[in-house]
Amino acid sequence: MMKLDTSGLESYTSQFGASSELSGGISTSPSFELPSITDFDGFQKEAIQMVKPAKGTTTLAFIFKEGVMVAADSRASMGGYISSQSVKKIIEINPYMLGTMAGGAADCQFWHRNLGIKCRLHELANKRRISVTGASKLLANILYSYRGMGLSVGTMIAGWDETGPGLYYVDSEGGRLKGSRFSVGSGSPYAYGVLDNGYRYDMSVEEAAELARRAIYHATFRDGASGGVASVYYVGSTGWKKLSGDDVGELHYKYYPVVPSPVEQEMVEE
Amino acid sequence: MTKQQANWSPYDNNGGSCVAIAGADYCVIAADTRMSTGYSILTRDYSKICQLADKCVMASSGFQADVKALQKVLASRHLIYQHQHNKQMSCPAMGQLLSNTLYYKRFFPYYSFNVLGGLDNEGKGCVFTYDAVGSYERVGYSSQGSGSTLIMPFLDNQLKSPSPLLLPAVDAVTPLSESEAVDLVKTVFASCHRERHIHFVVVMLWSGTVDFVNDTCKELTKENSHGDKVEIVIVNADGIHREFMDLRKD
Repeated sequence: MMKLDTSGLESYTSQFGASSELSGGISTSPSFELPSITDFDGFQKEAIQMVKPAKGTTTLAFIFKEGVMVAADSRASMGGYISSQSVKKIIEINPYMLGTMAGGAADCQFWHRNLGIKCRLHELANKRRISVTGASKLLANILYSYRGMGLSVGTMIAGWDETGPGLYYVDSEGGRLKGSRFSVGSGSPYAYGVLDNGYRYDMSVEEAAELARRAIYHATFRDGASGGVASVYYVGSTGWKKLSGDDVGELHYKYYPVVPSPVEQEMVEE
Repeated sequence: MTKQQANWSPYDNNGGSCVAIAGADYCVIAADTRMSTGYSILTRDYSKICQLADKCVMASSGFQADVKALQKVLASRHLIYQHQHNKQMSCPAMGQLLSNTLYYKRFFPYYSFNVLGGLDNEGKGCVFTYDAVGSYERVGYSSQGSGSTLIMPFLDNQLKSPSPLLLPAVDAVTPLSESEAVDLVKTVFASCHRERHIHFVVVMLWSGTVDFVNDTCKELTKENSHGDKVEIVIVNADGIHREFMDLRKD
């Protein structure tokens, strides 16, 4: 039988006594408010443990002159175990909008598919495509209504609508930000470093794709929770197109080819 | 004042593992037949595999009560589908249905780790692998359950399935022929079963020759940490074929 780990709900008696200097020596009797449903927190904790997969990741997206560039790795990790190296982290909501996945894989997959359904219903009801602003708002409102219930979603909605290229960051805390450059995930600091260094607004599509690819590669190099295949998508006026999918191991040797040292060359010749 | 600790959990882990491998025109799904709780064996003769549609088979490890409930829900949804559409559900359609069914219980999950195997609409083998709350992807092979961390590296080494994310696209299905798959599976079990995993009795479902399956079972009996039986289901164009192989009973 599995035991629930309710150690988090234990009384804080000893801690209060030890940190008396912090509380200014005030000796109030320690109390810890308990939720009326005694077991719910521990129960939810267990449910969250089961949803752990796909926490580590690197995704990025940026707007430039020609449109939006979206890129992501493909590794899913459960603690220290790599559960998959081929997760699709760029989700095709509809032919002109993409969403990225970071956080809970099931949460992202399900809610992006749900968003795609809502976008299609909007098209049928209003006889025109939904804007990126509208789509990101739909998703943000859904996630806000589930706030505090343990969903884990850190996504970017990228698309091209009547106003041109659009990019929004939406997360499960209920946050929604409009921007022109985002990176989400455990590898995002590394990706930002490369991305911010090489970014120019007036890049060509090939240059932007190469920048995105390199940023993902460098993040996978340094972050243990990112890896697999670096996918790069471009969103233009005619919709999205997948530009490349490269194994990051092979990208490494493409960027840093092995040059045999003179000693090795001598040994080979013999 | 100590808070009252919880002393009951709605979940249990009945152990076991499942494996599925997709081929060009076949699919092999396997699971062991041991059902346990803690260190006790509840039964040696429990099937973890369920046929959901004529070309679609699911194997699930984890908490078997949740697995049974899940199988019933899917079977009833499939029946409704047949009434409404006058045809069987395809494996990819069942894959999406399973994902949604798992996610609808996102806040009280089915403790069930599933692999779905079968043939897609073009007759090619397909395997879908899931987590407990419904995230899924189509792969060339997969394992879930107690022994998955042991089996997966071996399958990675032997099957080397290219990622479906690569561009130009490469097929996720293993390019092995039937006889090659047979030899491979034999080796897989011979080595995987070397692990001392008390929960792990692998049953392989694949479309292979009977000789291969027999040889594999002989290999399995050499292992001292596995026992009971192996249930093997093969899905190919001729239909579904089920076999049982005996293992050591300890």
